[in-house]
Amino acid sequence: MLKRFAGWTLSAPATTLVVVFLVLPVAATITATFIEPAGIIAPYQAFFSSGFRRTVLWRTLEISLITTIISVAVGFLTAYVVARSPGRIKSLLIIAAVFPLLTGVVVRSFAWLIILGRNGILNNFLIGMGITDEPFSMLYTQGSVIVAMVYLFVPLMVLTLVGVLENIPDDVVQAAASLGASPAATFRQVIFPLAVPGLIVGAVLVFTGSFTAYATPQLLGGESQMVMGTLMYQRAMVAFDWVSASTIAAIMVVVTVAVVLFMTRAARRLNPMAT
Amino acid sequence: MPNRLHPALIGFAVLVYLFLMGPLVIVFGAALSDTTFLTFPPQGLTLRWFERIFEIGAFRRTIVTSVEIAFLATALALLIGIPAAYALNRYRIQLPAWLSTLFVLPILVPEIVLGFSLLRLVAVGQSAPIFLTLLIGHTLIVLPYCVRVISASLASFDFSIEEAAISLGSRPIKTFFTIVLPNVRSGVIAAFILAFITSINDVSVSLFLTGPGISTLPIQILAHVEQFFDPVIASVSVLLMLLTVAVMAIVERTLGLTFLAK
Repeated sequence: MLKRFAGWTLSAPATTLVVVFLVLPVAATITATFIEPAGIIAPYQAFFSSGFRRTVLWRTLEISLITTIISVAVGFLTAYVVARSPGRIKSLLIIAAVFPLLTGVVVRSFAWLIILGRNGILNNFLIGMGITDEPFSMLYTQGSVIVAMVYLFVPLMVLTLVGVLENIPDDVVQAAASLGASPAATFRQVIFPLAVPGLIVGAVLVFTGSFTAYATPQLLGGESQMVMGTLMYQRAMVAFDWVSASTIAAIMVVVTVAVVLFMTRAARRLNPMAT
Repeated sequence: MPNRLHPALIGFAVLVYLFLMGPLVIVFGAALSDTTFLTFPPQGLTLRWFERIFEIGAFRRTIVTSVEIAFLATALALLIGIPAAYALNRYRIQLPAWLSTLFVLPILVPEIVLGFSLLRLVAVGQSAPIFLTLLIGHTLIVLPYCVRVISASLASFDFSIEEAAISLGSRPIKTFFTIVLPNVRSGVIAAFILAFITSINDVSVSLFLTGPGISTLPIQILAHVEQFFDPVIASVSVLLMLLTVAVMAIVERTLGLTFLAK
């Protein structure tokens, strides 16, 4: 009798926690934007009619897209080298990729403040080399945010893709070679297509992570490069305009869920091994 | 896959690894510099910036809060996550497929949205204490790691061993602790480490859940950087890294040794 509900009973505490403290509060935040006295979609009209906020949205999308493309490309090529390295070197390279992941976002973003600052390492180096007399202002630009974000996500991509590449059966690669394919052709026509679903999963992680990031754009972009995360914080905690903060939250959730759903479907469709 | 790699590709990978390691080396170096501003390579070597961390009250308090929250959230998430992972594997037919998706939601929902929603509905709406709300938030974001990692270990566990023990007269709860749990020990260690690291480094959820006297170390670092640009930030960053590594070593050691003692 009791056994019929054993599964439910055991998972009840975790289920309750997620439903009560995640599903309900987030749903309430989103619902709150639709029951404003000014009208059902008034907060969204306000958001999209503000040139500044539209710029912030486009900037966030742009930064996330560029970060994703660079991280996926760099991560894939690096993972390819790692996956093909001999055993000892391979485990060393994997540990070297895990270590930055153990270090928090704040520390890893802060490191770039020391590098890119006006009196930072890069400027001192450029002046020392006689390349420039005046230090460049590299901080608080779109570039500085992207560099730090790529730095954040490359280890994640490498680790994800090493797993994907190692799952490609050796027989398939050997079959291509024995049928006369050059290493380059094997890479292009066999390995790459088989890795595409993994690349998409990785790309989703990077894109959603950058789209909702706070610490990195705050430290390296500041006021002049405001993105959705920093704008949301500013609306909620500085302006105390909770309706507009909730609107930004709702847009973030919609974009994240849309990207995840669309890309996982694409990954499934593009999987050549799927039957 | 043993195959020759193009030298250009190897060169590229070397550059990527320099790019990955460089900034961390710089933070270590800057923490030791005997200057009042952040610089690398360090000019003179000193440990005074590490002493300085503990002279600043805000750092002392937030280090304690961060460690407390990380341990409590990890313990709570394991406490409710292990039974959930067990149920998902053992009673798979009984439970709907969406349940395992539910436990991944905290990763799918943007953390910053979760933090803000907890502030609106729990901290302000229900006037719950900030520490409690912070703990709930952290337990939520580490729960997916606990459920998924332990689920993965349970997936390769042969439940007929458990049934054998029960049919031989062992009580189900005792069987769980003496048969099932030891078999997924490595999963529990991995989940503990992942959860602890996630919690102690978290920014986005904690961001909205700090109040008078309560803040976490990463949030305090962010606040400090806005005002001062001194080597204390580098030394506290190093401390955070060392703390993470220490917890990993301790967990590995203690859970590993208890297992050996059996």
